[in-house]
Amino acid sequence: MAYVAIADRDHEIAHHDPQTFIRKYIWSQDHKVIAVQYGLTAIFVGVVALCLSVMMRLQLGFPNEFSFINPESYYQFVTMHGMIMVIYLLTALFLGGFGNYLIPLMCGSRDMVFPYMNMLSYWVYLLSVIILLASFFVPGGSTGAGWTLYPPQAIAPGTAGVEWGIVLMLVSLAVFIVAFTMGGLNYVTTVLQARCRGMTLMRLPLSVWGIFMATILGLLAFPALLVSAIMMLLDKTIYTSFFMPDMVSAGEQTVYTNGSPILFQHLFWFFGHPEVYIVALPAFGIVSDLLATHARKNIFGYRMMVWAILAIGGLSFIVWAHHMYVSGMNPYFGFFFATTTLIIAVPTAIKVYNWVLTLWQGNIHLRVPMLFAIGFIFTFIHGGLTGIFLGNVVVDLPLSDTYFVVAHFHMVMGVSPILVVFGAIYHWFPKITGKMYNERLGRWHFWLTFLGTYSIYLPMHYLGFLGVPRRYFAMGDTEFMPASAQALNESITISAIIVALTQLIFFYNVVTSLARGKKADPNPWGATTLEWQTPDTPPKHGNWGHELPEVHRWAYDYSVPGHPEDFIPQNVPAEVAPVGRRHGVTHA
Amino acid sequence: MTFTLLILAVLMAVVVGWLLRQTLNTAPWQPRAADDAASGSAFDTGPRVLGLAAFLAVVTSLFALFISAYLMRRHMHDWADLPEPDILWVNTVLLVFASLVYHRSRGAAIRGEAATLKIGLALAGLLTFLFLAGQLIAWRELHDTGHYASRNPANAFFYLLTAVHGLHLAGGLWVWARSVVKIMSGAEPEAIRTSVQLCTVYWHYLLLVWLVLFALLLYT
Repeated sequence: MAYVAIADRDHEIAHHDPQTFIRKYIWSQDHKVIAVQYGLTAIFVGVVALCLSVMMRLQLGFPNEFSFINPESYYQFVTMHGMIMVIYLLTALFLGGFGNYLIPLMCGSRDMVFPYMNMLSYWVYLLSVIILLASFFVPGGSTGAGWTLYPPQAIAPGTAGVEWGIVLMLVSLAVFIVAFTMGGLNYVTTVLQARCRGMTLMRLPLSVWGIFMATILGLLAFPALLVSAIMMLLDKTIYTSFFMPDMVSAGEQTVYTNGSPILFQHLFWFFGHPEVYIVALPAFGIVSDLLATHARKNIFGYRMMVWAILAIGGLSFIVWAHHMYVSGMNPYFGFFFATTTLIIAVPTAIKVYNWVLTLWQGNIHLRVPMLFAIGFIFTFIHGGLTGIFLGNVVVDLPLSDTYFVVAHFHMVMGVSPILVVFGAIYHWFPKITGKMYNERLGRWHFWLTFLGTYSIYLPMHYLGFLGVPRRYFAMGDTEFMPASAQALNESITISAIIVALTQLIFFYNVVTSLARGKKADPNPWGATTLEWQTPDTPPKHGNWGHELPEVHRWAYDYSVPGHPEDFIPQNVPAEVAPVGRRHGVTHA
Repeated sequence: MTFTLLILAVLMAVVVGWLLRQTLNTAPWQPRAADDAASGSAFDTGPRVLGLAAFLAVVTSLFALFISAYLMRRHMHDWADLPEPDILWVNTVLLVFASLVYHRSRGAAIRGEAATLKIGLALAGLLTFLFLAGQLIAWRELHDTGHYASRNPANAFFYLLTAVHGLHLAGGLWVWARSVVKIMSGAEPEAIRTSVQLCTVYWHYLLLVWLVLFALLLYT
């Protein structure tokens, strides 16, 4: 029998609305509820990691002043901060949070194609978070191996958490990967099969493209982490020698035979590099939509933006060893990866130019989401440029494992995507909650965060140039580090504390706006994308009421010449309003 | 890593290539009635088929990486080739038959032949359970002859690769069990037709993975 598209058999599918409180808000299969669950869990665990980073900074800024921070606990903070932020916050929030909320709405479908599995994916993710946080409370505490978990140190005595912490970390990662796979299958299948009538792939907003490609990367790259986690777990528990070399530990010959720590590095970074693009691509997609909406202008070069996302995704699998230049590899190997790393900078740069060109002669409304989007452009350019330094083998050799690297990855992963997260939350807050946030508090939050994170990470590059090593508990009296380096560390710590406290403004804004905020207009920004065209705000279960939308134009009909309004929603038919991109100078 | 890179390159070429073809020669800012009439589905097939295809891509990535790790670890000095227990040949035959029987059941499900379907599913499940039991017997044999996982990486990889494959098969048996419960409690073959079709593909896939793993273990 011929296949009938989901959009076309919508009336034959039985739609059962959940009735009880538990089914509506706890064991919910509604993608919007699951998205909020993911978001709240990810942000909660992100705040835990933020507190850990403050404690790290306290030690670095004021060494040996705090009795509860010793070398062992310091490395535990470093490890858990890194792992939580990269995987349990950023990946979970962008894919599980924004992916779940936006994909069905922007595609014009009622929900994800596998709602039960979607629900399961959240609860398995929550389980992985609980297992991870439990590692703080087991004998020996959490692992102090660094988020990269390199063997042999990760499971050798001398590193914190070798009894239980590392085991729980590895198990938690494996559980997360199961959760992510369940979610990922949902996202790709929904985007491919459940769009509404008229929604071709090229009429999708870039937010969907970014999340979609990131999901594909994740589905193919997370198995590498699973492989390395399973093998390290076996090395730890049943004394296999996948990674553990023939070594003497604390004066005693270990039982391990000729394992290969480099094998772990290859497997880990084969996952690890696509992982950073899993974090970055959704941010790229979302920021494109924020810029276009708040500049009342189509994204410049939509097709190139899509192809750049595809190119970055594809290329991200062949750059991994740029994290391993100092591992003793064959120089030609390094040369190959430096080349691919510089090649991947090309589509990335194209995206940056297109964002800037979107703003050029746009009718820019400097609302809070737009401030964060522009802040993203600044910080991403900054972080991306320092990546070019590190991508070159010879320049990387003195900079590796210094604060230059720390500054680089925080700019590209910690600051830019987080600015997008905030921008996105402010942008979609009226849709998700039906209320408006406080604009003034939002501006304070932006400026303190933006300038504050610059004051943290800009000076940090100089520490890297000096050669100040990362993952050191204390620098001591080292000749090549002048006293001014310690003064710089102090000032970075103070900035970090201020930025951490600033986030309280954001939480206060969210909570009070939820409670007492002004009722929001269904489409306060005048956006074209489908999620703003729902009959109810916030959207009800099933999203669209009785009829699914039909799409007649791309996602960027802003300031179309000849049309009285400066935006035309995607579901407005061509007879009613012209379809066409803006040419020439704005006349708004 | 070359092995993984080749497999990944093929997967990415297929995925990115297909996506590129969908996006070339488009001008989305222009009105197009053909686009307005687009159904919103990229493939003329149900979402569960696509879900399985995506899952098989994930599993392929996983096994390719395990195989890469195996091939890279082999070069270290402590590697001692493992004598594969003979029962593995029996297990292989069992899995081949399980796949064939599942294929037959798929035909029965499509044609609505409830009786054949019930027998077929029961037999396919039995053969798969026997395969898993045979794998455990192989493990026992190796353990009894002192081939512990910690003694030598070839042993460790044997246990690891067979365990991962077995776990995937066990996951398939979970779906098998749900279809069996449905058909045995009186449901029509049509109710489980898609599930049986997808399970058949899954069983064939895991047979292929087993053949690759078995060949790898035999020849290295």
